[in-house]
Amino acid sequence: MHEYSIVSALLERVDAEARAHNATAVHRLILRIGDAAGVEPELLSKAYEHFRAGTICAGAELCVERVAERWICPVCGRTLERGAVLACEGCGMPARLMSGDEIILERIEMEVP
Amino acid sequence: MCQDCGCGDPEIVPVEVHERLLSDNDRGARHNREHFAAHGVLAINLMGSPGSGKTAILEATARALGSRRRLGAVSGDLATDRDAQRLRAAGIPAATITTGSACHLDAGMVHHALDHFALDSLDIFVIENVGNLVCPAIYDLGQALNIVALSVTEGEDKPLKYPVMFRNAQAVLLTKIDLLPHLGGINLQMFNEALARVMPEPLAFPVSALTGEGMDRWLEWLEASRCANRLIA
Repeated sequence: MHEYSIVSALLERVDAEARAHNATAVHRLILRIGDAAGVEPELLSKAYEHFRAGTICAGAELCVERVAERWICPVCGRTLERGAVLACEGCGMPARLMSGDEIILERIEMEVP
Repeated sequence: MCQDCGCGDPEIVPVEVHERLLSDNDRGARHNREHFAAHGVLAINLMGSPGSGKTAILEATARALGSRRRLGAVSGDLATDRDAQRLRAAGIPAATITTGSACHLDAGMVHHALDHFALDSLDIFVIENVGNLVCPAIYDLGQALNIVALSVTEGEDKPLKYPVMFRNAQAVLLTKIDLLPHLGGINLQMFNEALARVMPEPLAFPVSALTGEGMDRWLEWLEASRCANRLIA
């Protein structure tokens, strides 16, 4: 359940940003989580519900944008099929992960006086 | 304050961050990496399930290296000091990071543990992570290499079920191969096929800590990695 430690990193980061902007409340958090990031959005949301009470995020909605896992051949640009061997069928090169491992805090919507 | 209609409502401001959520940990990991590089030490993050043979393979590695290379290790454990005790008995300077309920090590814990070691007196430093195929995968500790220990008794489908840890690994130690004859048709080829679907550059070392089989090839690679790491540093 590393989702708990990710949420505590999230709350710390949001708290620091809110202070820097003299915010009185936070309305919404937007995260981008890759399908292959090793983070379960549902567990993340549960952990967030558990930890946000009493923080500046107490009333803030958590929005998670999913990013699809995508592997390509770095030489010929061919996209690999899901679950395939991670080498290009054409040239045999090791594939490269282009997206899907993101664990990113995109945006915080906060209330400023 | 709302400037549009004078209603007095507070203004909602979007603040763009676009940063990794684990950026604090990443900073700590960079700091650890500089430490290891400054002392010319090859740092390894050794991960794997509980009981996959992480400690046994370290003991076997220390035995095989003898006095040729100096090994140090720190073990992450929820509640006990048992792994570090075993490692010390095998002649490896070792300390424990007791994580309590935490299911993984992070860069800060490793940094703190480094106080117990004279890095100048070591060639290779192994961070034996908490036994877990999921959580440790996403935390950079400042290592040069991620190694996963996967015992053949866990089954060949584990890389497909827990792809993130294997994807981020430079090599996999397939442990307990002395047990293969008892596993009803499971063979190394099945493991290699699964690894090729989760690692772009699959590299596996079938080994037995018990019989010593396969240790030569693992040690050769370890030494080549150590030399390459010193050149980069």
